[in-house]
Amino acid sequence: MKESFKALLDDSNPKRSELIFSGNWQERSKTTARELLRELTVDHQIGAVVVINASKLSNWDSSFVALLYALILELEEKQIDCDLSNCDPGIVKLLELARAVPPKEKQTSKRNTILEIIGKRAIKFRKQSKDVLEFIGECAVATLRLFTGRSRVSRDDLLLILKESGPDALPIVTLISLLVGLILAFIGSIQLRQFGAQIYVADMVGIAMAREMAPIMVGVIMAGRTGAAFAAQLGTMQVNEEIDALRTLGLSPVDVLVMPRMVSLILMLPVLTLYGLAAGILGGSLVGFMALDVTFWQYIYRTWEAVQLVDMWIGLSKGFVFGILVAICGCYFGMKCGRNASSVGLAATSAVVSGIVCIVISDAVFAFVCNILEI
Amino acid sequence: MSAPPLQIEDLTMAYGPTVVQRDLNFDIKKGDIFIIMGGSGCGKSTLLKSMIGLIRPASGKILYKQRDIWDSEDDPSRSFLRSFGVLYQRGALWSARTLAENVALPLEEFSDYSPAEIQELVSLKLALVGLAGYENHLPAEISGGMQKRAALARAISLDPEILFFDEPSAGLDPITSRRLDDLILQLRDTLGATVVMVTHELASIFAIGSNGVFLDAESKTMIAQGAPREMQDNSDHPTVQEFLSRSLSEGQQNNEH
Repeated sequence: MKESFKALLDDSNPKRSELIFSGNWQERSKTTARELLRELTVDHQIGAVVVINASKLSNWDSSFVALLYALILELEEKQIDCDLSNCDPGIVKLLELARAVPPKEKQTSKRNTILEIIGKRAIKFRKQSKDVLEFIGECAVATLRLFTGRSRVSRDDLLLILKESGPDALPIVTLISLLVGLILAFIGSIQLRQFGAQIYVADMVGIAMAREMAPIMVGVIMAGRTGAAFAAQLGTMQVNEEIDALRTLGLSPVDVLVMPRMVSLILMLPVLTLYGLAAGILGGSLVGFMALDVTFWQYIYRTWEAVQLVDMWIGLSKGFVFGILVAICGCYFGMKCGRNASSVGLAATSAVVSGIVCIVISDAVFAFVCNILEI
Repeated sequence: MSAPPLQIEDLTMAYGPTVVQRDLNFDIKKGDIFIIMGGSGCGKSTLLKSMIGLIRPASGKILYKQRDIWDSEDDPSRSFLRSFGVLYQRGALWSARTLAENVALPLEEFSDYSPAEIQELVSLKLALVGLAGYENHLPAEISGGMQKRAALARAISLDPEILFFDEPSAGLDPITSRRLDDLILQLRDTLGATVVMVTHELASIFAIGSNGVFLDAESKTMIAQGAPREMQDNSDHPTVQEFLSRSLSEGQQNNEH
């Protein structure tokens, strides 16, 4: 039998009305508490009583109880009583349990005005800037301790992290750099062919890779790969109280955890940049002899002529700086991670996003400085 | 008799403007198994973290051998910390290191033992907690109870004078946590250590607790002090009674039905 209900008015007593439920009230009854209320023609006065008669119910589940609960809450607001004596004891007990603790007063979630949002963001930004500066300061002091031999980095830790952030990244760096070299060469060749100057594709690819593309691409790859990994590792250690355990031993987590990561990224990023440059030039040369009738050795010779040592130095120093930035972003967000699983995810995301933003900003600074110095 | 190794004087702890606990005053005597009791969220763990140098108290003193561990502007110095051993709620073993490396790290940092001696010490400490032969396992490869014991081995690696436990039996079955209690007792007796323990495991409280305080979340201060049995008998505070007699009232309810 389908779910159904009927509202009855007691003629002798205008303050009393009865709700009779019958049928099968299972799995999301279609009726809502408001519908029930509409049917009730009870005088909305203090002292009115609604009798709930569920004795003819064949089946019910908690969706029925939820409906009653919502109804009772609505009636209570109007100060109308409910009589549950004709209900299944299970229903009565569930309702009693639900109403045992009075509901917490709902906090009126007041909408923030634009000004408030800006203000809160500003305060948060100020606090976070202070935190970041403190962290950078701590890292600087720890670096000093490391080089004066007052703290040491576990050799095993360092080797493992070096491997993770160096050799393990080779396949993806190869792929990306090769393709970037290829793309640059294709774009360049379309323009240069108009003047019959295809050979200068080698100049363009070589210089662009050395000065810009290799460090940036490697930096972005490392931010996404290693920076995120650092943040997630340190964040999980924070969640597991592992960092507290270090602190209570009087060990500085920056010495033990941040330093090996920082050192290995600073060592590995320039090396990977060089490698990325080589892969990019290889990619360019592929286009050279497939599409432009330039032999491999001609292409390499042209590149050798075009790319100056200073271009290499700029690329390498960018790699060095990006290494510091990615390591700081990864480790900072890891160390400041909250104590639950979702904050680890947040830490990894923030590490990647801020890492990439820092890379692009510092690259702009590089471009500016190089322009002034005319190199 | 010498002064108690740990004294808490007028301690107030707060997160920003929110006071967690105020005006705490108690001594922890040598050889005590001191239990910090209280309902969830009353500040037990915060108190423990202040004692082990992780959270700076808002005011008041934590005296270890009559020197305030939070005296200096900096974090508590290593000299204090090396006398403390801490067992964290979730063990907090360094997950990237083997059990042997976990136990060895404090020794490498704080002692002048040679690598060979450290090896021997590590084997002994792991054997003491019943984990001989597990030296080369990673924390993730052993069960929760074993992780707790391995963390205990790390906590006692430097023969600490005071051992801190943050809910040692959390997440353990009754038999395992009972064995952990026995182990704590034996280690207290053999190492001559003082034990400070945050727990709400009634069985542990009565089985091994020799002294304690009861923190209340509502009044934000301690509402009872003394041995757990005495607290149960003498305290007339309803919260203390309800907390310590939980098993009793459950029994009564069952009889009624």
